[in-house]
Amino acid sequence: MTSKHLPLWEVFVRSRRGLDHKHVGSLHAADPEQALQAARDTYTRRQEGVSLWIVRSSDIHASQADDEEAFFDPAEDKIYRHPTFYDIPDELKL
Amino acid sequence: MSEIPSNPEELRFQQTIDAEEKIEPRDWMPEKYRRNLIRQISQHAHSEVVGQLPEGNWITRAPTLRRKAILLAKVQDEAGHGLYLYSAAETLGIAREEMIDDLLSGKAKYASIFNYRALTWADVGAIGWLVDGAAIVNQISLCRTSYGPYARAMVRICKEESFHQRQGFEIMQTLCQGSPAQQAMAQDALDRWWWPTLMMFGPHDAESAHSQQSMRWKIKRQANDELRQKFVDQTVEQARHLGLTIPDPELEWNAERGHCDFGAIDWEEFQRVLAGNGPCNRARMAARRKAQDDGQWVREAMMAYAEKQRMREAGAAA
Repeated sequence: MTSKHLPLWEVFVRSRRGLDHKHVGSLHAADPEQALQAARDTYTRRQEGVSLWIVRSSDIHASQADDEEAFFDPAEDKIYRHPTFYDIPDELKL
Repeated sequence: MSEIPSNPEELRFQQTIDAEEKIEPRDWMPEKYRRNLIRQISQHAHSEVVGQLPEGNWITRAPTLRRKAILLAKVQDEAGHGLYLYSAAETLGIAREEMIDDLLSGKAKYASIFNYRALTWADVGAIGWLVDGAAIVNQISLCRTSYGPYARAMVRICKEESFHQRQGFEIMQTLCQGSPAQQAMAQDALDRWWWPTLMMFGPHDAESAHSQQSMRWKIKRQANDELRQKFVDQTVEQARHLGLTIPDPELEWNAERGHCDFGAIDWEEFQRVLAGNGPCNRARMAARRKAQDDGQWVREAMMAYAEKQRMREAGAAA
């Protein structure tokens, strides 16, 4: 199917210098150059960005929603990683 | 809230929704939720694309360069909105080509308002003011829909849509401050677009096929009649400002309800247009089919070019 149809690309926009590229959506295009041009026309008609990334959707590997607990829960009981875990007198400004 | 899901996956799904959290593409979801969303989002996408046609016809006929530039930008936005929505629907596992095939075969619907003609320049104003105005009321509500990609597309669309309504109102305002003939043109456009616009919100909730389940799954957040009422209430004041008369003798402020009462909608007309027998249904579909056919060689050339580049790079690397 992918050989017959235009492949899918994910679009990331950096809204201004100093900020991260943020995922904004996807589009279809034959190659990276066309994808960039289509991304400009589709996602930055109102000066939404100063830089664009496009990534083939098939190149994105995602964690599975079903594995969410096993995958992310180990961080749950390590509250000592947060500064508020520690009991320090307020006046010390630590 | 009467039905309690029996299987644990569905229970968890409903709990996520009840907690006002979003459902994301890779989450488990009931098949009916998926199908319901594909139907609604693709229908919405098709509406944006077909919605370019009544106004697109006026781009070359706009009265000034300023109006022409504005209309061109608006119609381009509608194309963009269609693309945002197709992307959102694709995250549910349907291919874009399949959605377009469903539109062209008549299996999928689009908003029936776009089967009406834009006869005069005032119609371009009325479409922006009323049709986009009604769309915004509906879309603001959908920014809170339970499916993440759909909600995000709606937020982006709402941001852009506001200019569409304002440019339409401005066209009406200019006509209403003009000659008697221009004022009459504005009134005529309102007369023709008012009732079809009210139909955009869909049937009464009691008669709507999809309403109840959609509300429970928070695909829809507000009832059709509630959104329609909101639109009527806010538009009455705008019409008064323009000095135009809304073509409904029963339209009247009801202090007890705190809303405007309005007359009965001709649902037979709605059904007739929905069934394919509105003023322009055939012309709209013919235009879409032609666009699809005429674009075929371009899509093929794009793929061939990309393939050639790939071969060339592979050749250089070897």
